[in-house]
Formats: sequence, C-alpha cells, structure tokens
Amino acid sequence: MVVQRSDELPLHSDEDVVRARQAVRQRAIEQGFSLVDQTKIVTAASELARNTVVHGAGGSMRLEALNDGPRRGLRLVFQDRGPGIDDIARALKDGYSTGSGLGLGLGGARRLMSEFAISSSPGQGTTVTAVRWR
Amino acid sequence: MDRIPILRMGPFLLVSIQVDMHDRLALALQDDLMNKIRATSARGVLIDISALDLVDSFIGRMIGNIAAMAHILDAETVVTGMRPAVAITLVELGLSLKGVRTALDVERGMALLRGSPAGREDGSGRPEK
Repeated sequence: MVVQRSDELPLHSDEDVVRARQAVRQRAIEQGFSLVDQTKIVTAASELARNTVVHGAGGSMRLEALNDGPRRGLRLVFQDRGPGIDDIARALKDGYSTGSGLGLGLGGARRLMSEFAISSSPGQGTTVTAVRWR
Repeated sequence: MDRIPILRMGPFLLVSIQVDMHDRLALALQDDLMNKIRATSARGVLIDISALDLVDSFIGRMIGNIAAMAHILDAETVVTGMRPAVAITLVELGLSLKGVRTALDVERGMALLRGSPAGREDGSGRPEK
C-alpha cells in the first residue's frame, strides 16, 4: 500500500472543522469516490473532527490518499491530547454521550467508513483512524 | 459573526442554507428563528437545504430542535430539498429526523405549509386566542 499524498490540518475551532470537511471532500473527489461515498466520508470526517475539537480539546487531522494496487482509498487520522476515552466500547454505542450531543458521532462515523480504529488512554489523548476504500 | 438570513413571506418564515455551516452558525440560526417566530407570530417555517452537501449529527440535531421548538411555539416546520446522498448518509449515521416534515422542493414545502391547519391564510384552522 502506498500513501500517495498526505496533508495535516489543525483542528482547534468550528471553522477548522469546516476546513477539514472541505479538504476531505476535495481529496475524495480526486480519489474517484462516488457522490454518495464522498458524502459518507465527509460526514464521518465532520463527526470525528468535531470530537477532536470538543472532547479532545483540539488536535489535528492527517488526510492520506491511499493506493493499494487497483484499490484507491482515503485514510483519516484524528489525533488529540485531550482527556482520552475511559471506555471505548461504551463511547461507540449509539446514544452514549458525555456532552450535550446525540451520541451518534463515533458509532455513526464507524458505520460510514470501511475500517475504523481507536486508541486512547486516559490522560494521554485519543487517536482515531478511519479508512474508506473505493 | 455571520448570520443566515430569515425571510418573511406572509405567515411563513423562509430559510435557505447556502453555506457550509459551522456549529455556532447552526446554533445562531436556531435562536434567530425562535425569536423571529415569536416576533412575527409565524405559522410555519420552511428550511431549504438543497445547497447543503452534508448533514451531520450536529446539523441534524439542529433541524430536529428547530422543528420541536417551533411546534411548541405553534408553528409547523418543513425541510425541503435534501439531496439523496445526504439522506442516505443521514440514515446510515443513525439519524432519521423523525418528527420533521420534509418535501422534495420549496414549492411542495410551501404547499404543505399552506395546507396545514395552522398555515391557512385566514387562520381558520387556528382557535381564537
């Protein structure tokens, strides 16, 4: 698997979330994703970017265009140095929220992507990696 | 700060979301709409999202909140023009916008508002206060 292109974007504000969405949309178009797939990837990115800003006290998103033989893909890596997630299984459950949201962000983002991984330890921050293959 | 404009047309309020909304902008719209419903005694709210290429859980929640709050203020809400890709994604995300009325386009949305008891021009569907 070859990472064809990698960009890193800061995530500290509402406006950064919008910019991250736009960057993901652009890259998804370049990778040849269908309109529905673009929308799914951008929506997942929006959820995860918001988590980074709201729950992770800010961080960054790395956006990678993947090339695996004939397969094209997009990998998103969200990193923060926030409080971390105590119970990842619970955080992925629909309806579970520590904030005032609907608790659909993490579980919903996982459903919208092909591969999904979270690593987190309390006090050390959280890294969410999500891949969508075409 | 930017604001999304709210237009008044007879007893209805019209909103067309044309920008990629950040979260504060979505919350401001929610507040502005409630104040405007109260100030104008509007009977219906039409929100056109045909220009939106994404509705995530935050925007979805805002739409649901607006419909619920407007209902309490005796106004109907119709959301129009959702793109198919957005609808597909929204359901997969886990949001089905139950309790929010939708129409394919603005014209049908207006017809829906006009046809609802609260939206009749003569106010006949509405008990006297």
